[in-house]
Amino acid sequence: MSGTITLNGETTPLTDGGVIAILRDLEIDPAARGLAVAVNGAVVPRAQWSEIALRDGDAVEVVMLFAGG
Amino acid sequence: MPDKLKIADQSFESRLLLGTSGYPNRQVMLDALAAGGAELVTVSVRRISLEGYAESMVDLLGGDYRLLPNTAGCATVRDAVLTAQLAREALDTNWIKLALPGDRETLYPDSAQLVEAAEALVKDGFVVLPYCNDDPIVCQKLADVGCAAVMPLGAPIGSGMGICNPYNIGLICARSPVPVILDAGVGTASDAALAMELGCAAVLLNTAVAKAQDPVRMAAAMRHAVEAGYLARHAGRIPKRAYAEASSPQLGLIGT
Repeated sequence: MSGTITLNGETTPLTDGGVIAILRDLEIDPAARGLAVAVNGAVVPRAQWSEIALRDGDAVEVVMLFAGG
Repeated sequence: MPDKLKIADQSFESRLLLGTSGYPNRQVMLDALAAGGAELVTVSVRRISLEGYAESMVDLLGGDYRLLPNTAGCATVRDAVLTAQLAREALDTNWIKLALPGDRETLYPDSAQLVEAAEALVKDGFVVLPYCNDDPIVCQKLADVGCAAVMPLGAPIGSGMGICNPYNIGLICARSPVPVILDAGVGTASDAALAMELGCAAVLLNTAVAKAQDPVRMAAAMRHAVEAGYLARHAGRIPKRAYAEASSPQLGLIGT
């Protein structure tokens, strides 16, 4: 698989394994609470993380909850 | 407190909402939230670090508090809506504190975008609590599009200036069909008490506690202030007079 994605604003090589692989690469347990993922501006529900295929040029956002006011 | 705070279909014992940012350390934050008696606490939605995993606020606070995610920092309707949708996915809540600052210097809400984003989020099934200007017309528009509360500022975020226009806050409270939560500007306990005396249903604050010399003690002060202000509001204060009116009997004075 070739190409790149934009992961949280940074260009990253596109790899097999989709969202789950991205989380594992970041040493994040995909089952951890409080995570959310969007691809190209649309939220991907957790149940679809293992199904959705990423393509060259996709913009992926992985967020969690931090302190806030 | 004689009555519970009601927002949408939920009831709360506490009328003090606290932010979770800027405390000296995690333990002080936990102690301050407990001392303040808050049930609703605000959190932000941010990209995870690509360098490593940070501590999740869900794991830290999710068991003891209801987390209210915000859209702070979003500059466009599109970003705010996506952030709210991500928060809904991450937290399994459809409640959102909608914040859309117009610029990074003043952090004043962008009222035009705020109303547009609020309407979009209400239509998407969110319970929207918008951080807004102390403007009765904007507050009315936000209520009209279906917001569950309005959250006007007392003064700019983090300024500690108190309630700069108490007449506007009072007017908003008198006219609003939804609960009014004073959000931003509180510097000390008397500001929180004044908000409640003006008719606010609750107060949301962060910096006044987090940056106090003793955050835990200030959180307790805010809790008491909110309760005192609420009681005073509903006790019905005396009218102000320009001149004295003796409180002791005027008959039977020695020497008359």
